[in-house]
Amino acid sequence: MPPLDVPALVLRNTHLSADYNVLHLEAPAIASASLPGQFVMIRTATGTDPLLRRPFSVFEILRDAAGTPSGVSVLCKRIGPGTARLHEAAAGDRLAVLGPLGKPFTVVSPPAEAWMVAGGVGLAPFATLAEALQQAGSGAHLFYGGRTRADLFYLDWFASRGVTLHLATEDGSQGAHGRVTVPLGEALRSRPADRPVTLYACGPEPMLKAVAGLARSHGCPSQLSTERIMGCGLGGCYSCVVRVRDSEGTPRFVRSCLSGPVFNGDDVVWE
Amino acid sequence: MDLSVRIGSLVLKNPLMTASGCFGYGLEYAGIVDLSSLGAVVVKGLFLKEREGHPPPRIVETPSGMLNAIGLQGIGVHRFVREKMPELRRLGAVVIVNVCGSSIEEYVEVSRILSDVEGVAALELNISCPNIKEGGIQFGCNLASAGEVVAAVRKATRLPLIPKLTPNVTSVASFARAAEENGADAVSLVNTFLAMVIDVETRRPAISNGMGGLSGPAIRPIAVRMVYECAQRVRIPVIGMGGIGSARDVLEFLIAGAAAVQVGTANFVDPFIWPRLQAGIEDYMARHGVARVADLVGTLEIGR
Repeated sequence: MPPLDVPALVLRNTHLSADYNVLHLEAPAIASASLPGQFVMIRTATGTDPLLRRPFSVFEILRDAAGTPSGVSVLCKRIGPGTARLHEAAAGDRLAVLGPLGKPFTVVSPPAEAWMVAGGVGLAPFATLAEALQQAGSGAHLFYGGRTRADLFYLDWFASRGVTLHLATEDGSQGAHGRVTVPLGEALRSRPADRPVTLYACGPEPMLKAVAGLARSHGCPSQLSTERIMGCGLGGCYSCVVRVRDSEGTPRFVRSCLSGPVFNGDDVVWE
Repeated sequence: MDLSVRIGSLVLKNPLMTASGCFGYGLEYAGIVDLSSLGAVVVKGLFLKEREGHPPPRIVETPSGMLNAIGLQGIGVHRFVREKMPELRRLGAVVIVNVCGSSIEEYVEVSRILSDVEGVAALELNISCPNIKEGGIQFGCNLASAGEVVAAVRKATRLPLIPKLTPNVTSVASFARAAEENGADAVSLVNTFLAMVIDVETRRPAISNGMGGLSGPAIRPIAVRMVYECAQRVRIPVIGMGGIGSARDVLEFLIAGAAAVQVGTANFVDPFIWPRLQAGIEDYMARHGVARVADLVGTLEIGR
């Protein structure tokens, strides 16, 4: 389905911390069409400054009382002028939302388990994936790392959907002390040898690289959601490229908006 | 109401074209833009061979604009002809190909290949990309070599030939004149302005190539001035571009002397812009009693 551009009503803006917020946006058509791992491009200004849209994973699919998709939420971390505007958006505002865009995750079926690995704002694509996994009846784990305890969000949300949580903080204030890939590596080593696991990861590039490496050494497939500075989300500008091996093994720059943002971990060539 | 415009031997149904490098090969947008409704689709620049382009980050935002150094990543002319042209033709797109080269021979070779391809309506000669060392701007910043490339390609093709000019020179109009004297059917301008953004925390350039080309609404008044100057100096049509984001902006370029326009950066922000641009031009024509859009070209009133 081609993407839609809708003037979405801001239903709610929930501040999770000084830098993180969740925007609830009314966008029924985009919500019905979105698959786990897809993204939207949001215009943060009505004028020309900031000029470009910002890419966001679809975080939650919002539903009305009858269970019909009514909108999407996005998990936003304030890092620049565009995200600062979204941090301050108010219910009743309208934002141009273009989507859904990109290639989604492939959802594993039982007996395979899905182990999701999130670093910081990299939690964003996993809420929709967790729901899809629950529907598929696949066992789901979330390895979730942040700087500190206050940067870990939606823990109850995931737990209530049958996701087993494994937390890590860089300051040791919650869960394992250090990077999330440490508990992930331990869990991979100690799992029963006959348990098939697919790793899903989204977060900083070094984390993705580490997850791809762990996946390879433990013989697990991996699906990585990459993050790039993106101009259009439509394949027009060629700014969001990721170096990926093609079917003949030749590394090429491909546009993450069209060929991704989800890539097979074995195909990504790390810079 | 007559929206058609003439570029050399080519008649376009309206003056609205995509700007090269801002619309992929056109097919990326086929699901949301009716390609047959556009005056022309100017596709991303093509060399003889595939090119990888620069490593990311390739863009950075600026006030009302953006800086890019993509590095002309592209699939090369042969793959374009094989993989993209059939579908572009099926969709009814009028295709103008942006031709790149790192030598005069390469410009000629790419142009020769495209001249034999059914459905290629015109060639835009990219002598103005600021982001690659070899080719591109090295030809576009020197009057003699700009003339030489245009003359060489002129001999190799009968297709309408449109050199795309860089604004990174003292007098763009002299380059428009050189293009005309060497057989160009039209000129298009402006390509991007060479510019730089620095991350003060890291003290490094914001994009991997160091410098890049500035585009978007920020450059529009300079582009309008340059189009005006060129239109004063040449008799061939001038195709104007630079920060167009509304029908008002299109009209500004037409009045300054552009026979047609290209829309680039706006595709990134607002891919559904095209029907609104056309409706806005029609509305203006109705309000001002203009029957033919061509009658608006170069109608700037000077003096009070």
